[in-house]
Order: sequence, then C-alpha cells, then structure tokens
Amino acid sequence: MGATDKANPTTFTTPSDREVVMTRVFDAPRRLVFEAWTSPKHLPHWMLGPEGWTMPVCEIDLRPGGAWHFVWRRVDGTEMGMRGVYKEIKPPERLVCTESWGGDWPETINTLVLSEKDGKTTMSQTVLYPSKEARDAAMKTGMKDGATVSFDRLADYLRKIA
Amino acid sequence: MTPARLDATFAALADPTRRAILARLASGEASVTELCAPFAMSQPAISKHLKVLERAGLVSRGRDAQRRPRRLEAAPLKEVAEWADRYRRFWDASYRRLDRYLQQMKKKEKRHGRD
Repeated sequence: MGATDKANPTTFTTPSDREVVMTRVFDAPRRLVFEAWTSPKHLPHWMLGPEGWTMPVCEIDLRPGGAWHFVWRRVDGTEMGMRGVYKEIKPPERLVCTESWGGDWPETINTLVLSEKDGKTTMSQTVLYPSKEARDAAMKTGMKDGATVSFDRLADYLRKIA
Repeated sequence: MTPARLDATFAALADPTRRAILARLASGEASVTELCAPFAMSQPAISKHLKVLERAGLVSRGRDAQRRPRRLEAAPLKEVAEWADRYRRFWDASYRRLDRYLQQMKKKEKRHGRD
C-alpha cells in the first residue's frame, strides 16, 4: 500500500461483521465534496480507481428513489458496471444509496457522511452488507482477482491496522 | 475458507489489542510472557485475547513445550488482507484524484465567485 497518500491517509476499518468503513480528510469544504460525489459533471474525473480506467457512463438521478448507474472501462476494453438507488439525500452532509455490482455481488447500503472543520472535510463512507453470508460471498468474489500478498506486505498491513 | 472462519477472522481483528498482538507476531514468534510485556494488561487478559486469535486460526502454538511460543498463522489474514487491499486500492486512487479535483473546483469557484 505504498501508494497511500501520506498527508491524508485513508482509514479502513471493519467495525462489524457486516460493515466496511473508510474515513478520509479532504482539504475542501464539504459543499464541494458533496458536489463532487453527486454530480455526473464531476464523478468521472475522479472515481476511477487505479490508472487505466475511464468512466464512460455516469447517470445520476439525484432524488430519493432515483437511480444511478456507473460503468468503467479499461484501456483493454474490459468493462465493469454498478448501479443503485438513492435512499436519502441531505446536502451537504449525508447521502445514502444502495449499490449493486450485479451477478453474485450482494446489494449493499452505502452511507456517506461529511463533516466540516476549518474548511476541511472529514468523509466517512460505510458499506453495509445485508448479511454475514453476503459479505463473505462478496469477499470471495473479490479475492478471486486478488494478487498474492507477500509476507512483508502482510506485516505492513498489520502495522497499519494495529 | 468457510464463512464461519471468515467471521471469526473479522471478529478477531475487530479488537485493537488483538491487532497489536498479531502485529508483534508478524515479526516472529513469542511466548505469552513476551507478548504481555508491551501491554498494560494482566496475563489472563492477554491469554483470553490469544484464545480468540487461536480459535480464528490466526495464531498457533509452537513445539517448544517450555515456552509454548505463539506463532502467526498468516493464511486467514492473507485472504482478508488481499480483499481489503484490492478494495483500498480502488478508493485510495480515487480519493487521491478527488484531492486534486477538489483543488481545481476551489480555484474555479474563486475565479467565478460563489453563486
């Protein structure tokens, strides 16, 4: 995880057997962070994961019950899509939506919470799986593609979460 | 790895003392006494944490009958770490890009003034 931003690290925790929570600080007011998260004008510029992916489809119907649909495309043509429905929209502090990758991937409920202090925004993103079994299924799917992690990297990981 | 085992792994990792014990064992096996040293905790309390880690298959006992050293069993952790690593890579890369993007948004807003 050498690519982790040192100034603003992402904290990654699993507070319960159904949740994954990511926390991070951004040097911008939450109004802007919320906008960056909820506008198709902004999302394709940053929600791209590792290098080599673009986001050719970014449809957002930002209202409770409104649908969203994202598709990513890699340079080799591989595509990956996810979709969901907005449940709760409270700018600029809270956004709740469902998320599904299709196939065996279980639907999750994602909650974004933004709090602001001195012009900086602390973001927490909680991904809630419907059951232990669903989370385990998702993990198995994810692990299929996972590269082998060396023991050194494991030690790094442990130091990070300790 | 069975779902029950995965649950046990996550439950074991949910505690900071247990994570610290695993971090210590990642640099080599240690006896219970050695493991107690860095913690302001009684030996029975540490033993209890070790039991949880053993049940999750994260820690095993070495052959030395005298010291009964505890050893890190990396396999279950490796699966969790791989999964977490993959997930983290996606978001880390995205968040770093968002950092830069937000600075652009701030600049633009300054130029045009707030509406």
